[in-house]
Amino acid sequence: MDFGLDKKHEMARSLFKEFAENEVKPLAQEVDETEKFPRGTVEKMQKLGFMGIPVPKEYGGQGCDPLTYIMCVEELSKVCGTTGVIVSAHTSLCVDPIMTYGTEEQKQKYVRALATGEKLGAFALTEPGAGTDAQGCQTKAVLDGDQWVLNGSKCFITNGKEADVYIVIAITSVTEDKRGRKKKNFSAFIVEKDAPGFSFGTKEKKMGIRGSATYELIFEDCKIPKENLLGPEGKGFPIAMHTLDGGRIGIAAQALGIAEGALEATIAYTKERKQFGRSIAAQQNTQFELADMAAKIDAAKFLVYRAAMAKATQKVYSVEAAKAKLFAAETAMDVTTRCVQLFGGYGYIREYDVERMMRDAKITEIYEGTSEVQRMVISGALLK
Amino acid sequence: MKIVVCVKQVPDTKGGVKFNPDGTLNRAAMLTIMNPDDKAGLEAALRLKEQYGAEVTVVTMGLPKADEVLREAMAMGADKGVLVTDRVLGGADTWATSTTIAGAIRNLEYDLIITGRQAIDGDTAQVGPQISEHLDIPVISYAQDIKIDGEYVIVQRQYEDRYHELKAKMPCLITALSELNEPRYMTPGGIFDAYDKEVTVWGRADLKDVDDSNIGLNGSPTKIAKASDKVRKGAGEKIVAQDAEEGVSYIMGKLKEKHVI
Repeated sequence: MDFGLDKKHEMARSLFKEFAENEVKPLAQEVDETEKFPRGTVEKMQKLGFMGIPVPKEYGGQGCDPLTYIMCVEELSKVCGTTGVIVSAHTSLCVDPIMTYGTEEQKQKYVRALATGEKLGAFALTEPGAGTDAQGCQTKAVLDGDQWVLNGSKCFITNGKEADVYIVIAITSVTEDKRGRKKKNFSAFIVEKDAPGFSFGTKEKKMGIRGSATYELIFEDCKIPKENLLGPEGKGFPIAMHTLDGGRIGIAAQALGIAEGALEATIAYTKERKQFGRSIAAQQNTQFELADMAAKIDAAKFLVYRAAMAKATQKVYSVEAAKAKLFAAETAMDVTTRCVQLFGGYGYIREYDVERMMRDAKITEIYEGTSEVQRMVISGALLK
Repeated sequence: MKIVVCVKQVPDTKGGVKFNPDGTLNRAAMLTIMNPDDKAGLEAALRLKEQYGAEVTVVTMGLPKADEVLREAMAMGADKGVLVTDRVLGGADTWATSTTIAGAIRNLEYDLIITGRQAIDGDTAQVGPQISEHLDIPVISYAQDIKIDGEYVIVQRQYEDRYHELKAKMPCLITALSELNEPRYMTPGGIFDAYDKEVTVWGRADLKDVDDSNIGLNGSPTKIAKASDKVRKGAGEKIVAQDAEEGVSYIMGKLKEKHVI
């Protein structure tokens, strides 16, 4: 078991780190203050192939592995949680399901455009009545001739309105089981932004990742071509679950990056900040806090990387992904909170990045499966 | 068109400087980067490749780990990499370095050779022009713009507050300034491809028309007498002046006192 990265991955990391430092970091505070989607940064990333890192070359991607993609999300998130999640949602939640379940035509049409950066992707499962209880979803899709007609709404959709391609989960039939209980059957669809009957509602005002566009999606007799059914009809729920397994690894990487960025800033600050005639880094409490955080971050890192490796080599990686997301998200929240504390009064001031990192960290415990859901997945596997 | 780009792996000043007992740099122990002027030269070559069509080969002389800088160049878009490495080549000054690199380049086909103006560790700006002398080809240094016109290159050579425009017939050598351009980032796919490629590795035996007396530490006319890290200065004196006038008077007084002016 080799815990080090090979030269190829080290070089990839240095690329992402350099890009993050030069192109993303200088804008992070402004993106947060103005809540503006960093379109300029996204365009730069699109040109460099960052939006198709794990996609095979034959579909316009970079031909790298999940680990390389995860490191990109990590390095971006160290300086800006918003930018990290844009790449993660696009790649794990939109590109990945089409790569996994799409027909050759769908892959050539959509994956190519998404991976080369021509288009941005998103994923829509959540509804006002369907969060953790995803089966509470009410959006319906009905086949009418050679079109599917969608009716309903989705909420809290990352990359909403900015994205061109949306994976939408909707009910396509209701069946009865042996006991006469009604069962909803879901299907997955690829919906393009300009589909007739597709519009956007509220843009959410959030605690953190404020530059990430979080929108309500509205479907009013929205018509999409028959060919835009993704995977078999009725298989929408397993498709969504598989997609979220991959997405969890991306969010775990985002959380890891946020925690690392916070710790780095705090180490530098505690060395400089003087009280009682010496730097606060000379105080044992500070030292012990930093040590605790460093150990937790390392543990999170190995869980995240292990999950990425599992995605590359295993058919099923739900538990690895759940452990990584659970631990990394809770670590990010814990670390950023402690970092704000170590910064003292300055930690509360928006000019210092740590308060933004703490606000950004919180969502990682919630979206793409709350920490409670992760616990359900892990214990479910233990008690099988 | 065939372009050879010479790049050097140099210490990253952020990591601190380490020396061997003989005063030469302990390169193996330091954080490294591709020399900025060389990176600009590489970027210029890649733009010429995009504009006119060319094969770009990067050459570097260094420790085995200088392989990294070739991979970086290939990840940016260079086609081939050549690593010139051998224990007997170590400790070279500019004369020995240029002799060695010229000896390697004699094995390659080239219309244009691009080197950086100077490396941030040696700061001599000698190797590029010396290579052109060894190979008996024209050199245009301090390039701030490069165009191809058939068999000729047209180069803007930076000169204080203006530039000269020169035309030379290829093959010729150009030295590049870091101000020449903004080098592109690598791509993730480029990195993976670069590590899949073969880097040609040459040693002393592969150098063409090169004498032992002109290579390595022993073949270097310049010998380092002493080398040390920057002396950390004291904190300096901070003055709080009543107004600008008083502050300026005080500073002028001090500068005169220390014979700075």
